[in-house]
Amino acid sequence: MMAGTLPISYYLGLSALLFTLGVLGVLIRRNALVIFMSVELMLNAGNLAFVAFARMYDMLNGQIFVFFVMAVAAAEVAVGLALIVAIFKTKRSIDVDQMNSLKG
Amino acid sequence: MHLSETTTTGFFYLAPWIVFFPVIGLLINAFLGKRFPEKVIGWLASMASAGSFVISVLLAYSLWASGGHAQSVYVAPWIHIGNLALDWTFRVDTLSVTMMLVVSGVGTLIHIYAIGYMHEDVRFKHDVGRYRRFFVFLNLFIAAMMILVGGDSYLMLFVGWEGVGLCSFLLIGFWYDMDTLGRSSWANSNAAKKAFVTNRIGDFGFLIAGFLMFWYIGSVQFDEVFAMAPGLQSGVIVAITLFMLIGVTGKSAQIPLYVWLPDAMAGPTPVSALIHAATMVTAGVYLIARSAPLYTLVPEAQFIVAMTGAVTALFAATIAVGQYDIKKVLAYSTISQLGFMVAAVGMGAFVAGMFHLVTHAFFKALLFLSAGSVILGLERGHHHLAKHEAHEGHHEGHEEVFDPGDMRNMGGLRKTMPVTFWLYIIGTLALAGIFPFAGFWSKDEILADAFKEGYTAVYWLLTIAAFFTAFYMGRQIWMVFFGKPRHEAAAHAEESPLIMTAPLMVLAFLSIVGGALNLPGLHTLTLWLEHTLEVHAGEFVLSVALISTALALLAILISWLIYGRKPLEAGQPDPLKRPLGFLFTGMENKWFVDEGYWAVFVNRYVDLARFLADVVDWRFWHDWFHEKVIAGTYNWLSHIFLNRYADQKGIDAFFNGLGEITRKLSAATRRVQNGFVRSYALAVLLGVVSILGYLILK
Repeated sequence: MMAGTLPISYYLGLSALLFTLGVLGVLIRRNALVIFMSVELMLNAGNLAFVAFARMYDMLNGQIFVFFVMAVAAAEVAVGLALIVAIFKTKRSIDVDQMNSLKG
Repeated sequence: MHLSETTTTGFFYLAPWIVFFPVIGLLINAFLGKRFPEKVIGWLASMASAGSFVISVLLAYSLWASGGHAQSVYVAPWIHIGNLALDWTFRVDTLSVTMMLVVSGVGTLIHIYAIGYMHEDVRFKHDVGRYRRFFVFLNLFIAAMMILVGGDSYLMLFVGWEGVGLCSFLLIGFWYDMDTLGRSSWANSNAAKKAFVTNRIGDFGFLIAGFLMFWYIGSVQFDEVFAMAPGLQSGVIVAITLFMLIGVTGKSAQIPLYVWLPDAMAGPTPVSALIHAATMVTAGVYLIARSAPLYTLVPEAQFIVAMTGAVTALFAATIAVGQYDIKKVLAYSTISQLGFMVAAVGMGAFVAGMFHLVTHAFFKALLFLSAGSVILGLERGHHHLAKHEAHEGHHEGHEEVFDPGDMRNMGGLRKTMPVTFWLYIIGTLALAGIFPFAGFWSKDEILADAFKEGYTAVYWLLTIAAFFTAFYMGRQIWMVFFGKPRHEAAAHAEESPLIMTAPLMVLAFLSIVGGALNLPGLHTLTLWLEHTLEVHAGEFVLSVALISTALALLAILISWLIYGRKPLEAGQPDPLKRPLGFLFTGMENKWFVDEGYWAVFVNRYVDLARFLADVVDWRFWHDWFHEKVIAGTYNWLSHIFLNRYADQKGIDAFFNGLGEITRKLSAATRRVQNGFVRSYALAVLLGVVSILGYLILK
């Protein structure tokens, strides 16, 4: 297999790249849906790092943790989308900068 | 067996009951008497007084049976400080028992009289509720007087002395919200105040005498004082006796403090009779007789006492001639007769003084109570007329103020009030000193003693006073009972009921036979008092008796010539007014003594009081010291220092500063929460980065 040939730093570098993309997406984009997807990107960047480390250390802990992250992500999607729908219904927009009523 | 035992040990242990009986009477009437009918209240009080009389008789009997030796009856401890040991102890000796008998005996008769008198008086004055109060006060008086005469020390005597002074005040001001004519005014309460304040001056002298005794002798108990006195310097004794004399002039109404007694006639007539004629005012005479061992040590003090009494006797007798009020005449007569007694005890004629005290109590009580009967008789007539006129429809007419005590409104009362008339005649003859009435014997004993002891000035003063006495009493008789009524009320006067006249008959009987107490040759009273006082039997001096009787008869004759032969007409001035001129004006106006006292003392006192109130108290103390100094300092402290500096610039500034800082900080930090989710996310990122960076680079 190819598994033994590719060093771990590749996987981690990809994971970091994905995570950075996710962070930038969250910080820069104003569309709630895009932000949401960026969050998923960050989660999956984390998942990738978990899996890579699990493989490297030959332990199942990381694999198992990924399942939990997926479950949480699925639940988060359900709640998050419902929130987005609700916001859209009242404001006719999902631009997060429009939602600034709670300010000091 | 049992009876003989009591006679040997005597009834002395009962002595405190002379006080307890009237106290019980007054307590019952005061606390339970609200629902009692008038008769019960009056008779209860009379019985309480009568109880005292019975005890007094038992004490007198025990004394007689045991040979007249003085007895001390201990009741309760009182003051025990250092060497001073004073107890509530009654002293039963012939002198004190004589006083007890007079006080409770005459007192009981007057209580009974008052049952009838006050019944009408409270109705004429329209306040029935005061009936009970009168008898409470009257019993209180008997109790206080008994403490006075029964006490074993000067201090206990002083307690009674002040007690009777209080009762005098309460009873003079009995109708405190009106004047003697029943008009709304403070005249009666002013009279009460005058009596109280004047007596206070006398009491001050008595107190000084007591302090001197305590200072030099260390005791105020009679026997101890008398035992130590001969060892003292005579100057001290003179001081003690003369300060005591000041007390006597207050209580026994002598010059210069007699002025309260005529005003004291504002009290109801039984009070005038009991307190201001028969008993309380004789307390001063009793005090001197009691202090006989002190006075006999210092003849110079004795002389001053005798002269005070003699001058008072004449002075007051002249004023009595010019009075129109039936009670005022008797009041000045009382002052004059007290002068006789004081002169007697001053001369050392203690028996004569006490003898006159007893007989005077009889006939002056009789005269006062008869005068009360006359006054009520006129009130009845006045009322009768007023009702009659109201019935016929004249509503004005009797609305004018009518003075039932003014002799110018009387006249011809011997027909309408025959019983009172005869009683009054008996009292008058006794007072004037006509043989064989009581006053003749007692007054003559005083005159004879003055004559024999070489007090010539006193003798002549008293003899002239006796002449005036007979004259003003004659004048009163002619004006009140003879001639024609000068007022319709006198024409319709009605006789008093038996409850009033019966005690008068007893007193009249005593006024007739009272002289038998100390007839020349028998000397009953002298022998009786000999157990207590050092006395010598007074001899009967025929020339003195003849002179005084002749003068008295002459005075009555002159009074008939002036007032009896041609009776006064209504509105006519006194027939003496024209011939005597300014002399009569002086008598009429009491020699302007009251006005003089006002000018010299009272107004100065009022000025001083004004000065103290206005300048010292108000302007200095209130305006300056309180307002400026104390309140000013406080204001400065509170307003300027504490408020402006400490509070506003200190505490306020500190907490305001804290608030301001918080406000500014929050104003700055609130910008962070801008509501943009992405900037929060950035902050989280930055936070995570910095924490992680810190952890990695550490």
